[in-house]
Amino acid sequence: MWKARKRLRNIAAIAMGVIAMAALTGCDANLLVFDSKGPVAAEIESLIWISILLCAVIVIPVIGLFAFIVWRYRDKPGNKAPYKPDWSHSTTLETIWWGIPIVIIILLGFFTVRTTYALVEPPKDTKAEPITIQVTSLDWKWLFQYPDLGIATVNYLHIPEDVPIQFVMTSDAAMNSFWVPQLAGQMYTMPGMAMRMWVQADEPGVFSGKGANFSGEYFERMQFNVVSQTESEFNNWVAESKKSTQTLDQAAYAKLSEKNTMGEQTFGSMDQNLFAQIVLKNGGHHHPNNGLDIRGQFPLHGTDSDGADHSGGSADGNHDMSNMNHDMSDKDMHK
Amino acid sequence: MLDKIKDFAADFFVTGDPLIYGADVSIVLVTIAIVFVLTYFKKWGWLWREWLTTVDHKRIGIMYLIASLLMLFRGGVDALLMRTQLALPDIPFLKAEHYNEIFTTHGTIMILFMAMPMMFALFNMVVPLQIGARDVAYPFLNALSFWLFFLGAMLLNLSFVIGGSPNAGWLSYPPLSELSGSPGVGQNFYIWGIQISGIGSLATGINFLVTILKMRAPGMKLMKMPLFTWSVFSTCVTIIFAFPILTITLALLFIDRYFGAHFFTMDGGGMPMMYINLIWMWGHPEVYIVILPAFGIFSEIVATFSKKTIFGYKSMVFAMMIISILSFFTWVHHFFTMGSSADVNAFFAISTMAIAIPTGVKVFNWLFTMFRGRITIKQPMLWTLGFIPCFLIGGATGVMLAVAPADFQYHNSYFLIAHFHQVLIGGVVFGYLAGMYYWWPKLFGFKLDEKIGTWAFWLWNIGFYVCFLPQYWLGLDGMTRRVYTYSWDTGWASLNFISTIGAFLMGAGFILQVWQIVYSIRKGERDTTGDPWDGRTLEWSIPSPPAHYNFAVTPDGSHMDAWWHVKQQLKAGIKPPKQELEPIHMPKNSAVPIVMSTFWFIAGFGFTFGWNWMGISGLIGVIVCLFVRSFTYDVDYYIPVDEVKKTEAKMGRAI
Repeated sequence: MWKARKRLRNIAAIAMGVIAMAALTGCDANLLVFDSKGPVAAEIESLIWISILLCAVIVIPVIGLFAFIVWRYRDKPGNKAPYKPDWSHSTTLETIWWGIPIVIIILLGFFTVRTTYALVEPPKDTKAEPITIQVTSLDWKWLFQYPDLGIATVNYLHIPEDVPIQFVMTSDAAMNSFWVPQLAGQMYTMPGMAMRMWVQADEPGVFSGKGANFSGEYFERMQFNVVSQTESEFNNWVAESKKSTQTLDQAAYAKLSEKNTMGEQTFGSMDQNLFAQIVLKNGGHHHPNNGLDIRGQFPLHGTDSDGADHSGGSADGNHDMSNMNHDMSDKDMHK
Repeated sequence: MLDKIKDFAADFFVTGDPLIYGADVSIVLVTIAIVFVLTYFKKWGWLWREWLTTVDHKRIGIMYLIASLLMLFRGGVDALLMRTQLALPDIPFLKAEHYNEIFTTHGTIMILFMAMPMMFALFNMVVPLQIGARDVAYPFLNALSFWLFFLGAMLLNLSFVIGGSPNAGWLSYPPLSELSGSPGVGQNFYIWGIQISGIGSLATGINFLVTILKMRAPGMKLMKMPLFTWSVFSTCVTIIFAFPILTITLALLFIDRYFGAHFFTMDGGGMPMMYINLIWMWGHPEVYIVILPAFGIFSEIVATFSKKTIFGYKSMVFAMMIISILSFFTWVHHFFTMGSSADVNAFFAISTMAIAIPTGVKVFNWLFTMFRGRITIKQPMLWTLGFIPCFLIGGATGVMLAVAPADFQYHNSYFLIAHFHQVLIGGVVFGYLAGMYYWWPKLFGFKLDEKIGTWAFWLWNIGFYVCFLPQYWLGLDGMTRRVYTYSWDTGWASLNFISTIGAFLMGAGFILQVWQIVYSIRKGERDTTGDPWDGRTLEWSIPSPPAHYNFAVTPDGSHMDAWWHVKQQLKAGIKPPKQELEPIHMPKNSAVPIVMSTFWFIAGFGFTFGWNWMGISGLIGVIVCLFVRSFTYDVDYYIPVDEVKKTEAKMGRAI
């Protein structure tokens, strides 16, 4: 019996060692989520730390209490701890432990709601003019279009630092999710819908991004790098890219949307209507004011009251979507 | 002609993978072995009369248990294949497509064909005994539920060797699961397998709800019911409201695929988000459906092994009912990243966190049941003690996931994977295993070996933390779920390798448990008293295993912990009043459940392959069975008093 116990203890010790190692390797490497490089990711990171703290405040003492109780009240001859087999109710005690989690949840709920609403606003502390990037998830690659600059890339993108980037995102394949952990949380890309999110990088660097939602056979290959650069470097990159003779027209897009994987590509020019067409052909909704009905957490920058309307509620958004009028939007699109 | 057959066979059978050929061979060998053994020992009649056509809740419970352990094995092998593939970067062990199939079937099988039947096994094995009833309210329906589940599960499992497995994830979101994204038959297998077993689950929900409401022993008021029975009650309420949503959702998906409708495709006016909302309106309550009975099990075990009344009974009941209601108002937390407005996300974040409150209260009540008690650590208690810290951590990471903006960073990552495995393994699996060890002697008449069991427990427990703790870090480092491989420069190799070691430790734990059962059948400690743990509730007042009528005389349920009360009275020298025996009214066996479910299987198989002649014949068979049953009047019988006396005397009880 004793031997068995000793052996068990050894196993437990080894296991604790392995767990500790796991924990250490984890902390050694800079975990991407805890290595935020932009205001959105930083805001989320601080919220994560608050939630860890609030959970730890309750979980650690309770585990301690658990260990104490199991040890103190074990059934062993000579155990002098009190034994009260019929003691089964105490209003005071039960009020306390209904109360503790309620208080914790109220606190955490407060921070959660505050950040939820804060993230709806575009990053405030910059004066820079925002850049729009249109994102399309395909089988199995990412297409990025810069409508303001007239260029497009596949499986990588460059952004200038300290400039708010407005991503407008859709999918021309299965649903996916656009995620650059060091810059911001993820957002779904869905066919027929244009989602929106704000991202900004605080410093130059290369940040890994990925498609986070399973989208079929080679979904694992849907990774890309986000290269954040100083303004002049970025402008150089744009100028360089414009020299590419490849054009993203209908034919090139048809080729891109075939089911395969590929490396990085750069298009020096592109069809400005392409993104809208992708959304509309998948059943998207055409909106008279801003061209596309865009849905998402993050309203348009500046004074675009229309955009603000659309972030107003998902019920609204859904309603618009389900009542979409195909003929109308198609006509509008081709006129 | 020959070429035609060849072409057909090439599509019909899954080919090209040595793992699958291995499985083919072992399936054939096992089938031959089973047929041989049954024929050689002339056991076909026994099998048919005693098991396949039985309506006895205890036997149905045992069949559920065996089926769920088999499915645990299948799902577990899937898990080990995945962990092997991910142990190191760029391993060429599984191809992308094969990996996708394996994670899809792993999830589907573990939730629907492992957790659900193991839960139903415990319902069946325990609830009627615990409330002093002789069977469930609808014994025939109960048998039908089992066979629908079993043949539904077999239909899904068949996809492994015939036609191809589904590969769109366990909840198969459109448009990937639509014909455009998954043109093969795998998705049809998924739909029909779940649909057929889903009818069974809904029927079980209704059956046990009525059983608990109508079949309790005299005197057993609702607020005197044992907590496990309460947990089953709250689960059944949840099942009744949740499962119809699943049925409708999958039916709409099937209509999309089969008739080219557009419920869930944007082109044509549908909405894939609608599917995702609907499937989680079932899917979220579903996780509470499986965890609530585990809460009930822990409540029974903690009280018994602390030799103390459960602390805060009313709080416990209230907490469970509140959880079952709240579980319907949290579904959006599975897709905070879908672009809903801040209002919507804020609401669902708060409602999700709110569930932590009653759950936390339950933990405190378990702790204070042990407080001032006398704790003995036998196997059921060991698993319960393993559960508490594990579930606390899993619950805390659940609250972290509920923080909507933070979820933008956890969603679809290994952080999420680690969380839900922690609550599903640490909560549900540990709970059901605790329940299995606890009630095993009641059903089989012997205990499972303590020593082997302790080894299995530590392998499972340590394996669990080694496997899943690293995954939290992997998630925070950006590793997304469902990737079939990754590269060295991600820096994920060491944590993944550790995680794989943990998975194999759990696998070893499972093998030990199988050995434990085999060993204990021959050498396990026999239970001659019927009350091996010094229990508190009515199931321990009768011999183990119980006679097929359970109770010779209807027990008195008017005290909380009714059996404990009787034992206290006996100690004080007060004998319970003697009751007269009466003839016992029992249901007769029926072949209709297994035959009707087989017709469902045929229908499902036909529609899976688009063979309407076969699908429709199957449905006609189902209707014929319904008629046959409707016009069967000879469905019950009475056991005479003499026979009851004889049976009781044989089990050493004088009545």
